[in-house]
Amino acid sequence: MAVSLRTDGAGAADAPALGLLELFRVILERDLRVGLRRWSDASNSALFFILVVTLFPLALSPRADVLRTLAPGVLWIAALLATLLSLHLLFRADLEDGTLEQLLTLPYPLGWMLLAKTIAHWIITGIPVVVMAPILAITYHLPLNALTVLTFSLLLGTPTLSLLGSIGAALTAGLRGAGVLLVFIVAPLMLPVLILGARATDLALSGEDPTGPLYLLGALLVLAISLAPIVAAGAIRVSAD
Amino acid sequence: MLAGEGLTLWRGTRCLFEALSFVLPVGTALVIEGPNGAGKTTLLRVIAGLTMPESGSVTWQGSSLKKHLLAGRLRLAFSGHSLGLKSELSTRENLDFCARLAGLPARVGEILESTGLSNCADLDVRLLSAGQKRRAALARILLSDADVWLLDEPQTNLDTAGRQYLEQAIRAHIARGGTLVVAAHQPLDLGSTPVTRLMLGDA
Repeated sequence: MAVSLRTDGAGAADAPALGLLELFRVILERDLRVGLRRWSDASNSALFFILVVTLFPLALSPRADVLRTLAPGVLWIAALLATLLSLHLLFRADLEDGTLEQLLTLPYPLGWMLLAKTIAHWIITGIPVVVMAPILAITYHLPLNALTVLTFSLLLGTPTLSLLGSIGAALTAGLRGAGVLLVFIVAPLMLPVLILGARATDLALSGEDPTGPLYLLGALLVLAISLAPIVAAGAIRVSAD
Repeated sequence: MLAGEGLTLWRGTRCLFEALSFVLPVGTALVIEGPNGAGKTTLLRVIAGLTMPESGSVTWQGSSLKKHLLAGRLRLAFSGHSLGLKSELSTRENLDFCARLAGLPARVGEILESTGLSNCADLDVRLLSAGQKRRAALARILLSDADVWLLDEPQTNLDTAGRQYLEQAIRAHIARGGTLVVAAHQPLDLGSTPVTRLMLGDA
């Protein structure tokens, strides 16, 4: 067997070889591919979301006016729980199979790579929730304008939930049976998102202007995008030690 | 030149190594030996920057290894106990990903061929045998085009041909001016390669 090594001297590139956008794309693409291959794991949170949302009308009341007032809270709580349910998957497997170590030895900012991983995680677990929410909400007799605001608030809010969750996932990635601990760490951080998301939908339902809470949701998203990966990167270094 | 200066690391109440120093000129190998639990893996992880030592530093050409890494002046290839490969992806996909991440030309086909993995390159890594997985991890190292190789028990699960290939690859790496740190239980036949041995004990 011939060893195929390049012979033009030892590697030594002069600068980090990939641009940040390209780096983001490569990691996103791999994580999406892995996520789709592990479809049974990824679909858990979507199935959970459907289950919770469809159970409420059965247990409470089939009356349209009751359901309509319940809808914003129920859908938002279900989305939050579905996110919590999927978080343990975020970094655990990568820590166990050593791919996280590989990322740590690369000359790129760790937070940026974790952001790519978190966004991939949101695409796989969060987008199905955002897509299904308006369909399920029809069974709650929500009017069209409230449906739109609900979907939009979820679109702004669920990535924030995933990003906040990435902090807890990074902190507990190296711990055995840390599922409940993870929930207790991140759930309090998620409350503002829950309150604003449900409030926006509620306002739209009662015919008022929902833009205030939506703007705040957007601001939280920007804040989470800029800060959560940095915190998660610090936590991951500790977990990988 | 890879060097460690005054490395000290405690694990709980046990001191794994204290004021450990080594100097490794370019084109040489450091073989870390010692009984199980002596801290071979930990020392490798310290050099890789994955574990922070209590005190001391790892340097490359006189300044911090981490700085060289971040500036992209140095490439590091680390192979630990875990493979560093995604079990849901095929060997080819895994290597493609590694090559793209490192911004390297795709030599994946060539390396799959030379590591004897071309007939199972499109199987998911989880379906490979333990030896094939180890070969895939070796292929990742070869692909990385790194200046410094950090290998933890690279012979594990390899058959005779695989070991010979590994030794040949290491010799070629060193011959072209690479540096190697390897933790090994079984003897590695590195031919005329200049080797420094470091014995970690429970002293």
